[in-house]
Amino acid sequence: SAKWDKTKLDSLVQNSKVVVFMKGVPAQPMCGFSNAVVQVLRMHGVDEYDSHNILDDEDLRSEMKVYSNWPTFPQVYVGGELLGGCDIIMQLHQNGELIEELTKVGIRS
Amino acid sequence: KMADMKSIVETKLTEEFSPVHLDVTDITAEKCDTSFNVIIVSDKFTGKPLLQRHRMVNSCLEEELKSIHAFTMKTLTPEQWEKQKT
Repeated sequence: SAKWDKTKLDSLVQNSKVVVFMKGVPAQPMCGFSNAVVQVLRMHGVDEYDSHNILDDEDLRSEMKVYSNWPTFPQVYVGGELLGGCDIIMQLHQNGELIEELTKVGIRS
Repeated sequence: KMADMKSIVETKLTEEFSPVHLDVTDITAEKCDTSFNVIIVSDKFTGKPLLQRHRMVNSCLEEELKSIHAFTMKTLTPEQWEKQKT
């Protein structure tokens, strides 16, 4: 759609070191998977990040699926690149690699 | 109908990944709609980052994922699987 073209989505995912597209907002996630991602980020001391509530914007929801070539939410972008959804974030958290990914963009957890 | 979906998912993943180990768990009862947990152990994941592994599974099950409400996966190499078991 015209509302969210590739250029706009590029700047959206690059606007902050960490950008999360989720159901609900960090203070009130509307889905267990989105909540898990919020909790993991909090555990790593990532307090300042952009979040977008895809339940509030049906265009963003459908455009992000295409842009990311990723079928589900949440979607976590780090350094402008898709890091993954809930499963990947959880696995990276458990095996210690999430710290490395955050360090790459200058976030020390 | 649900049993059908489970066997479709199993068949497709088996054909695509020739897994050393495959565990498809139907967790629909815990959720409000068709939901699965999948553990898939395949040599095809060796040398590939997590994002790419998940993309491989997503594209293998592209059609099915449209009608699955929740789908969580663990994608492991045989080496990682052995390590996890011990």
